[in-house]
Amino acid sequence: MAKIIVVTSGKGGVGKTTTSAAISSGLAMRGHKTAVIDFDIGLRNLDIIMNCERRVVYDFVNVINNEAQLHQALIKDKRVENLYILPASQTRDKDALSKNGVERVLNELANDGFEYIICDSPAGIEHGAFMALYFADIAIVVANPEVSSVRDSDRILGILQSKSRKAEEGERVEEFLVLTRYSPERVARGEMLGVEDVEEILATKLLAVIPESESVLKASNQGIPVIHDKDSVAGQAYSDAVARLVGENKEHRFIALESKGIFQRLFGRKG
Amino acid sequence: MSIFDYFKSTKKDTASVAKERLQIIVAHERSQRAQPDYLPRLQKELLEVIRKYVEIEQDQIDVQLEKNNDCSVLELNIVLPERE
Repeated sequence: MAKIIVVTSGKGGVGKTTTSAAISSGLAMRGHKTAVIDFDIGLRNLDIIMNCERRVVYDFVNVINNEAQLHQALIKDKRVENLYILPASQTRDKDALSKNGVERVLNELANDGFEYIICDSPAGIEHGAFMALYFADIAIVVANPEVSSVRDSDRILGILQSKSRKAEEGERVEEFLVLTRYSPERVARGEMLGVEDVEEILATKLLAVIPESESVLKASNQGIPVIHDKDSVAGQAYSDAVARLVGENKEHRFIALESKGIFQRLFGRKG
Repeated sequence: MSIFDYFKSTKKDTASVAKERLQIIVAHERSQRAQPDYLPRLQKELLEVIRKYVEIEQDQIDVQLEKNNDCSVLELNIVLPERE
């Protein structure tokens, strides 16, 4: 059975597409057949983050409208085996995604042997965002340690808990938090919400903390998902996230201030 | 708690302010979310009925639905203006 994972946030610009590209690549690198779908109709960007923007012929809406077959629209990733991208259309009609149409595409992917289907949600809480999360088994809520992002994340969690298919069936979407653009230095100075604070406010299980890193922009400049950059902390943090997602037990990294280690050992560490 | 936390706690930093503000607004929005859709309409119609008899403002009426284990209680609070 395919697992459907939505990457969502409410607020824009927090790293949904970066996270979708990294997580889907990471799952495929582990040998899982994975599809990643761009739900941001009219503002497609997953293609350029994954360096396949010039290979788009058909898109998600073409498949829904039966103007193309699913296999014609899926773009095979050039870096990793087992990874396929379904781009969004550039039409401005954001209501082009029908619930039945989305369900049909997801079922078809599952029948084709895809193990993971990653749904990259648009920002906001309108139709596209709702369609991206409706069929999800798992939700990855991406947030920055910043008040508007955390507040919007809580609204998205509320929608997942009341409006998703799982919720309608009396079940629960499994929710995870990915906290991006994290700066342990600023947290230590009391200038940024700490990961424990955000976890406490949202009452959601932490999947990963992605530290603020120059490698994220460098990766998107080149269209290489940052998880391929094994030397970067952001890449490593996403690798950990994927490991936890498939059930491995990995201790969280990149949360504490590195240079503070010695002091923590002397004064602070408990147990 | 480390020795550094002790010194830090003497001054309230902006992250703590952010956390406090978030806790308050998130709790408020969650309680709103738990309310049934018809409550705002109910509140509006009640306001219209009451205004036939007494002049009150929008914010002088408060409708809440409290859910317990086996029953729901609709709580209606109306602040009537003082008689002149």
